[in-house]
Amino acid sequence: MSTAPETSAAYLIRGAAIGGGDRTDLLVRDGIIAETGTGVSASGAEVIDADGLVALPGLVDLHTHLREPGREDAETVETGSRAAALGGYTAVHAMANSSPVADTAGVVEQVFTLGQKAGWTDVRPVGAVTVGLAGERLAELGAMADSRARVRVFSDDGMCVHDPILMRRALEYVKAFDGVIAQHAQEPRLTDGAQMNEGAVSAVLGMTGWPAVAEESIIARDVLLAQHVDSRLHVCHVSTAGSVEIIRWAKQRGIKVTAEVTPHHLWLTDELVRSYDPVYKVNPPLRTDEDVKALRAGLADGTIDIVGTDHAPHPSEAKECEWAQAAMGMTGLETALSVVQHTMVESGLVGWDDVARVMSTAPAGIGQLAGHGQPLETGSAANITLVDPAARWQVDPQRMATKGRNSPFAGRELPGRVVATFYRGHPTVLDGALNTPLTSEGA
Amino acid sequence: MRHLLSTEDLDKAEAIRILDTAEEMAAVSEREVKKLPVLRGRTVVNLFFEDSTRTRISFEAAAKRLSADVINFAAKGSSVSKGESLKDTAQTLEAMGADAVVIRHWASGAPARLATSDWIDAAVVNAGDGTHEHPTQALLDAFTMRRNWARVNGTGSAGTDLAGMKVAVVGDVLHSRVARSNLWLLRTLGADVTLVAPPTLLPVGVEHWPCTVSYDLDETLAGGPDAVMMLRVQGERMNAAFFPSTREYSRRWGFDDRRLAALDAAGAKETIIMHPGPMNRGLEISAAAADSPRSTVLQQVRNGVSVRMAALYLLLSGDSTPAAPTQEATR
Ligand SMILES: [Zn+2]
Repeated sequence: MSTAPETSAAYLIRGAAIGGGDRTDLLVRDGIIAETGTGVSASGAEVIDADGLVALPGLVDLHTHLREPGREDAETVETGSRAAALGGYTAVHAMANSSPVADTAGVVEQVFTLGQKAGWTDVRPVGAVTVGLAGERLAELGAMADSRARVRVFSDDGMCVHDPILMRRALEYVKAFDGVIAQHAQEPRLTDGAQMNEGAVSAVLGMTGWPAVAEESIIARDVLLAQHVDSRLHVCHVSTAGSVEIIRWAKQRGIKVTAEVTPHHLWLTDELVRSYDPVYKVNPPLRTDEDVKALRAGLADGTIDIVGTDHAPHPSEAKECEWAQAAMGMTGLETALSVVQHTMVESGLVGWDDVARVMSTAPAGIGQLAGHGQPLETGSAANITLVDPAARWQVDPQRMATKGRNSPFAGRELPGRVVATFYRGHPTVLDGALNTPLTSEGA
Repeated sequence: MRHLLSTEDLDKAEAIRILDTAEEMAAVSEREVKKLPVLRGRTVVNLFFEDSTRTRISFEAAAKRLSADVINFAAKGSSVSKGESLKDTAQTLEAMGADAVVIRHWASGAPARLATSDWIDAAVVNAGDGTHEHPTQALLDAFTMRRNWARVNGTGSAGTDLAGMKVAVVGDVLHSRVARSNLWLLRTLGADVTLVAPPTLLPVGVEHWPCTVSYDLDETLAGGPDAVMMLRVQGERMNAAFFPSTREYSRRWGFDDRRLAALDAAGAKETIIMHPGPMNRGLEISAAAADSPRSTVLQQVRNGVSVRMAALYLLLSGDSTPAAPTQEATR
């Protein structure tokens, strides 16, 4: 194990509220939390005054679109990783819908290596379930699992694995290496040409609807399949009240299902589509206020396990057009924590310890990431996010690190600012700005 | 009025002002010299992303009678269909000095997108967008209804609304921008609206709309509507399982000879039959119904020019007094 100069530096985080609780000092050295307590001696370490700050285990995103390889005009591993670090993330899972698709060991290793070289955050590739996301035959899941990228999460995200027999086989096959299938639940026939949530607003706007049942019917089928073959299912970006009910039912029956919600589905509704501004076009679509309430309740009571950003940057021309022509997706890495603070913490639904669970511990568990989502105690890997919950800031997409300017929160004032991000003991973010990447190969 | 994008956001005073202005325009159109000088030197662009010769000609006639310069830009088969974006097209029109853009687009919301972006300063007139709205069609329909309603009530039409009128809108409501625009405007003007359609051709969410919904045309006709508006139905819809066959559709939801006879027998002699055109004779409307004295199809076409003159005039003249064109015309 080599120790690069950056990681050999020591930092004393003084007086941070761990998970929003007791104030503690954290001594970071050699990539781990070397000491905790009160009145910890600085002994040559750089002191970071964390008075008033909340310390969380470094955030983990299970759902990120980094676009590389193939769409470097939209995002690269480098720019996406910078955005992740600024958002407080120490690990992101790069979705497989790149070009070429991440459906071979070669592509996942390429993405993994790009992430290491960038050095802002762990980049864990997600492997495609089917070749080319075509939904026809299984990709070489085992080869990706055995590769240097050690893939454990498989998803055709963007597309639904809608063929029931293929979904069944995928769920069964990944048991061989304790993998998980992350399903983008969307019945394709029920969503042919769909533009937005089907309901009162789509009726008035004259847009083809994306009905809740198209999501719920796939989730219902998949939890039953997961039960039948006793495998693990993860449901990406749950967006409807009915989906929350089905997942709650499945969990009560002991089915191994986990679920994710995006920050935007915790807040925004289809009323925004009345503007016809494609910045609000996303898949699954923004739903109703009733759905937002059910998603928040589901996240608070544990029915929904994690917040995943579904960070989906697009070049400006993909949004500067008619709604029907526009690409689907929103950026999310640099606003996620603030949106969760606004929707979940400030509404009184959860505390900061729950934020640590849904944005770090649980996603790290689903992705089986070593060294992430650990409690902030002596001996843990030093992946730490420091948040100033009292700060307020106005969202300006032009000032973000992501290449995508498609933030649905543009112009809104959000609470909470990531002050520092420690990635394996190295501060990738300090004073709310990018510092330096971790360049040590041995880390 | 900065743009005309939908009838949903027209209030009653604005709607009546457009209809009253259209009455004055109609008077002009009956003169020997049909032209007014009010928009001389102004440029109106007809930007059509979807073929619709009848709507384009109507707007073109309206603009020319107001002495505006007209540029027809058929975006189909031009650089636009080769991938040029709406943004670039809009900026091109802006550079050419367009004062108003009349836009027909297959995508719902495209006119609103044009109006709310910073790509162009011109006034935007929605000439039909996707399955969203077609406000000038609804205005010409309301104009036609208002004249007939005033005649029935023995009054003049200027300044009046449609309070107490019963209107049935029949057919493919789901895919109809005409139905949406008509519903909002008719409600604003005080009419009672019944939508009649197969359940498959009504949008999910219609239960929130300010109207009665019926699956039964005969029952609705028995209630004695003052106007029955038949919507165009595309026969190909049967291939996507919206209805089993065109014959079954016609039997249940078409205005056929049997229903025409029933209306006559019931003594509903003032009930008018409307259609936005183009008609599918034999599908949603029989030839006898389309050609009967009840039919207002040609009145609608004629009134379309007057209503579009009124809309362009109010958007571009910057003069809020509808009396102005009449004074000009009397010179
Ligand atoms: Zn997805």
